[in-house]
Amino acid sequence: MSPDLLKFIFGRLGFDSLPIHELILVGTFAVVALGGVTLLAGLTYFRLWGYLWREWFTTVDHKRIGIMYMILGIVMLLRGFADALMMRAQQAMAFGGSEGFLPAHHYDQVFTAHGVIMIFFVAMPLVTGLMNFVVPLQIGARDVSFPFLNNFSFWMTVGGAVLVMLSLFIGEFARTGWLAYPPLSNIGYSPDVGVDYYIWGLQVAGVGTTLSGINLICTIVKLRCPGMTMMRMPVFTWTSLCTNILIVASFPVLTVVLALLSLDRYVGTNFFTNDFGGSPMMYVNLIWIWGHPEVYILVLPAFGIFSEVTSTFSGKRLFGYTSMVYATVVITILSYLVWLHHFFTMGSGASVNSFFGITTMIISIPTGAKMFNWLFTMYRGRIRYELPMMWTIAFMLTFVLGGMTGVLLAVPPADFVLHNSLFLIAHFHNVIIGGVVFGAFAGINYWFPKAFGFRLDPFWGKCSFWFWVTGFYMAFMPLYVLGLMGVTRRLRVFDDPSLQIWFVIAAIGAGLVFLGILSMLMQFAVSFLKREQLKDVTGDPWDARTLEWATSSPPPDYNFAFTPVVHDNDAWWDMKKRGYQRPLTGFKPIHMPSSTGTGIILAGFATAMGFGLVWYMWWLAALSFIAMLAVGIGHTFNYHRDFDIPADDVIRTEDARTKLLAGAK
Amino acid sequence: MTVAVNPSQTGEPVFYLADEHPHPEGYSTSLGFWIYLMSDCLIFAMLFAAFGVLGANYAAGPAPKDLFDLDLVAVNTSMLLLSSITYGFAMLTMQQNKIAQTQMWLLITGLFGAAFIGIELTEFAHMIHEGATPQRSAFLSAFFTLVGTHGLHVSCGLIWLMTLMVQVWRFGLIEANRRRLMCLSMFWHFLDVVWIGVFTFVYLLGVLR
Amino acid sequence: MSRLKILALLPLAVALSGCNYIVLAPAGDIAAQQRDLVIISTVLMLLIVVPVMALTVLFAWRYRQSNSSARYEPDWDHSTKLELVIWSAPLLIIVCLGALTWMGTHLLDPYRTLGRIHADRAIDQSKAPLEVDVVALDWKWLFIYPDYGIATVNDLAAPVDRPINFRITASSVMNSFYIPALAGQIYAMPGMETKLHAVVNHAGTYKGFSANYSGAGFSGMHFSFQGLDDKGFDAWVAQAKSAGGSLGRTEYLQLEKPSENEPVRRWGTVDSDLYRLILNMCVETGKMCQSEMMAIDAKGGNGHEGLNNTLPLSYDKYARRGSAFGPEPSFIAGTCTPDAPQGQTTAAIKAPLDPAPLVGAGLKRPTFAPLKSSSFFLGQRPKSDS
Repeated sequence: MSPDLLKFIFGRLGFDSLPIHELILVGTFAVVALGGVTLLAGLTYFRLWGYLWREWFTTVDHKRIGIMYMILGIVMLLRGFADALMMRAQQAMAFGGSEGFLPAHHYDQVFTAHGVIMIFFVAMPLVTGLMNFVVPLQIGARDVSFPFLNNFSFWMTVGGAVLVMLSLFIGEFARTGWLAYPPLSNIGYSPDVGVDYYIWGLQVAGVGTTLSGINLICTIVKLRCPGMTMMRMPVFTWTSLCTNILIVASFPVLTVVLALLSLDRYVGTNFFTNDFGGSPMMYVNLIWIWGHPEVYILVLPAFGIFSEVTSTFSGKRLFGYTSMVYATVVITILSYLVWLHHFFTMGSGASVNSFFGITTMIISIPTGAKMFNWLFTMYRGRIRYELPMMWTIAFMLTFVLGGMTGVLLAVPPADFVLHNSLFLIAHFHNVIIGGVVFGAFAGINYWFPKAFGFRLDPFWGKCSFWFWVTGFYMAFMPLYVLGLMGVTRRLRVFDDPSLQIWFVIAAIGAGLVFLGILSMLMQFAVSFLKREQLKDVTGDPWDARTLEWATSSPPPDYNFAFTPVVHDNDAWWDMKKRGYQRPLTGFKPIHMPSSTGTGIILAGFATAMGFGLVWYMWWLAALSFIAMLAVGIGHTFNYHRDFDIPADDVIRTEDARTKLLAGAK
Repeated sequence: MTVAVNPSQTGEPVFYLADEHPHPEGYSTSLGFWIYLMSDCLIFAMLFAAFGVLGANYAAGPAPKDLFDLDLVAVNTSMLLLSSITYGFAMLTMQQNKIAQTQMWLLITGLFGAAFIGIELTEFAHMIHEGATPQRSAFLSAFFTLVGTHGLHVSCGLIWLMTLMVQVWRFGLIEANRRRLMCLSMFWHFLDVVWIGVFTFVYLLGVLR
Repeated sequence: MSRLKILALLPLAVALSGCNYIVLAPAGDIAAQQRDLVIISTVLMLLIVVPVMALTVLFAWRYRQSNSSARYEPDWDHSTKLELVIWSAPLLIIVCLGALTWMGTHLLDPYRTLGRIHADRAIDQSKAPLEVDVVALDWKWLFIYPDYGIATVNDLAAPVDRPINFRITASSVMNSFYIPALAGQIYAMPGMETKLHAVVNHAGTYKGFSANYSGAGFSGMHFSFQGLDDKGFDAWVAQAKSAGGSLGRTEYLQLEKPSENEPVRRWGTVDSDLYRLILNMCVETGKMCQSEMMAIDAKGGNGHEGLNNTLPLSYDKYARRGSAFGPEPSFIAGTCTPDAPQGQTTAAIKAPLDPAPLVGAGLKRPTFAPLKSSSFFLGQRPKSDS
């Protein structure tokens, strides 16, 4: 074939794009390929494709989509954590003239990928998954406002993750750091496909996130069951509402800033170039206008989870519900006024710097109030130390430290000496692991019985807990120390041998966290095997307080046979207290949305388009775009997107539950 | 939330609705579409901000006053404004259930929109032909991106408009189609409002600068 | 058993003793003041953090389920007095910290000239500050001493107790200029200038590096910073002088090309205009300087003539690839202007020279002049008008 034709078909993609000379990647590929083939073969052998397609891939059920988000988050956690282990190992080894085991070309991709994956494809899916699963149940709704959009959003997130994962084996990922500051990320200094993978991975996933944000806002505003006024919403729903408002009000900024960067890279415009009047500083500002709210997008739902967990396991109403809500709202608003604290060192004036420093500190006031609210929820309670509560206590102790170092970094002159140092790395891992990850794990342990009808095994859960907590402290306390020694981030080799011991300790800590992750996987496996023993038929294994525990575990497709009516903040607690009797008769057909494959198909084309754009395969990009348009328009010609679950089916489901409940007593 | 939640006549608290009606189809659509528009508005806000920051960085190249043909832009603006009015007529006739007239007004709206796009493309082609390409300076990058993004939105609106005309022709002015026409109407007027911003801040103030 | 434990702790003790907490024990007054702020704010926050952590542990223990002697009030969920306390306690701390921040940020503004040399020494007005121009290159540091006409790569020295005025820029991508022992860091950005005012109080050799990731050679992008007594500094200058060689535009363009782990290099003479050209990104002959471009832009651009003044770029730091759909990379051709002499490029903020309040006071009242919107958001300072 002529080279021109080859270039037309494959764009920049050639055999030299495959990292066959990098042993680590070849090994990884072998393992992933083997695992993948086994999985696919297994699915084929057990004839699960049809089941998966009908019941999961095309589902519009918010519960299943939520579970799929969680699976995506946990799978990507393994990838992101592998990157973390490699970084820790490299930094622990590369002393005394040793280059470690990663060349710069690889190491720089590893830390970029670690950041991008952990934020966008671990923390975001975990948080979105929990919101998706829990919020409609908590507000007594049958599904979200736009069920099809929900499915589409999920698959777009997957599409973004697929693009990022592809970069591991085809081409390379960005070598710019997770926010890809220009000029380094611009075409002049990063001419390869790495930054393009970054851009399109995030753009595809970003569309999904924005749409999911719109969807959940509408759900919370419009679909609450009767009696649930705004000030009777569970705190998790409140924090979800604020998070989704933040998503809708910040992700478009990311979309724009990445679009401008891609224009620079593809068309040669001059937004962020050094020359021709461009301004790289504008990129830094714009991306942090998205980036700072993003942090609160992640942590607010975690705060909500802790609120639910604390009050449930303390057997007590949440202390200061109103102030909790206002604190959440205040954080939401303030999170837009602090972005500049990420670059005090860019040379803004003292007045600008101190303005942003002080607004940052002000955020700690509502956050501190929340902390006290949880404390006083525990006060005069009867605390049961189940796994979710253990994670909550670990969070409270850890997050306070992270918050303190955060406020310290908000003092501009202090930031001048600690900015970009390992102290900063320790700080944000302290809040993200201590806040978001612990929150997600508390949430997983808390709502798992709701999702699957059996509890998670406490033994392996406790192993995971202790490994994670000790591992976290061992991995990140040394980084605080190193930061105070003036060690900066993203270094690949070191010459000062006195630092090595700290990196070794940190690496051991990372190893402990790894054991924690393995224990968690073990916990899932063991719990699945012991599911009969761990079974919960009541639907309310924790003696909980909010509406999602009023229905069966797992909930039926329609969530509630009759839409509940709410009289109190702790709706389910109130129902239990006042002798609520589950209705046994009078069931009616229930109107529900039907499944559709459009979401996954559209997202598939979007991913293909991203891939085409990354590799300059213009035909692929154009065809995928046209296909997307055609499928999208075709979908609008389908006017019959709902169906009724017949009353008989409802009766059958509810009767089965009645029997189970009777058996439990 | 209009359902009575007070205790029933017997004094027992009501914990569920024995007799409920599902939310009508499209119950959340207008709220959702509004929120989408606001997020889109944020996209334009960012592009305006980029133009505000970079708008005077001509890189020793041409400035707005050298490039913009205000007469042409005025004609263009009137196209878009007229299309908004005709869309309004389409909505009025839709309320009266007159399919043929609705379709006619939609067609006229589409033609105005297409004229707008055509004039904008002519303007772009002229500038690029002169050498004032998006690559020439940060000002031009920001200009082409902001105006081009608006143009792209109008083009999407046109595709949507055509789709809806086919759907109205096939299925009539059913509830779903009315809702869709309503959404497109909001989208169309939103683009109009954005254009007023573009016209003022980019063209008028640019020439004055 | 306990012996084993002690043995296990041994490496830790060794590590601790061998450590150099440079951020907490710096050698320069500015870094020392920044350290003080770090410590004061930490102590201030510990005032609330320690009680919270203690209460968490206490409540977690006391109200455990098995402790049936503890009070249990399942419906107690509100107390106005407590709410008042839990909102006002952090508020009070933040008010103090905020005041501290406002003061500290202004006093330690890197653009502000020094008001003192050390906590108990006022500035010596007879000594002119040492001017150093810093350029972050891929991946090494270029230091130009305009007053001495010398230049070095990866080697920086300054006399003890003499204020240093750094002017900092970069050639290609963003870096951050940081000597932990001396003062806090500040970004080095291409086509822009940042400033740093600092002083070193103790003689010694310290580490300096880039604190912002800048590409493949980032790990090797460090240099040594020596605080020397006056004699030592003169000797250091003489050493550079004797190295001979001249750093002009051609040599700079060679130097600028990416290279990793560069050894120390010195030049006895340096083109006195070089720093201005680097800052304005016009070292290459024929390229228009940023200052000139901005002057033209401020007057409303170059009109239609400006459409044809770009030339294809034949050289860049990398074999620069253009974008997929854009034209070949180009640059803007300079119009003929005489090379302006190097002048003050950025406005400095003058600290009062009153030696009395040596604690660092002497802030002017904050001026609330309306900021230009672009400079507010971008943190950009008025740039070169030379």
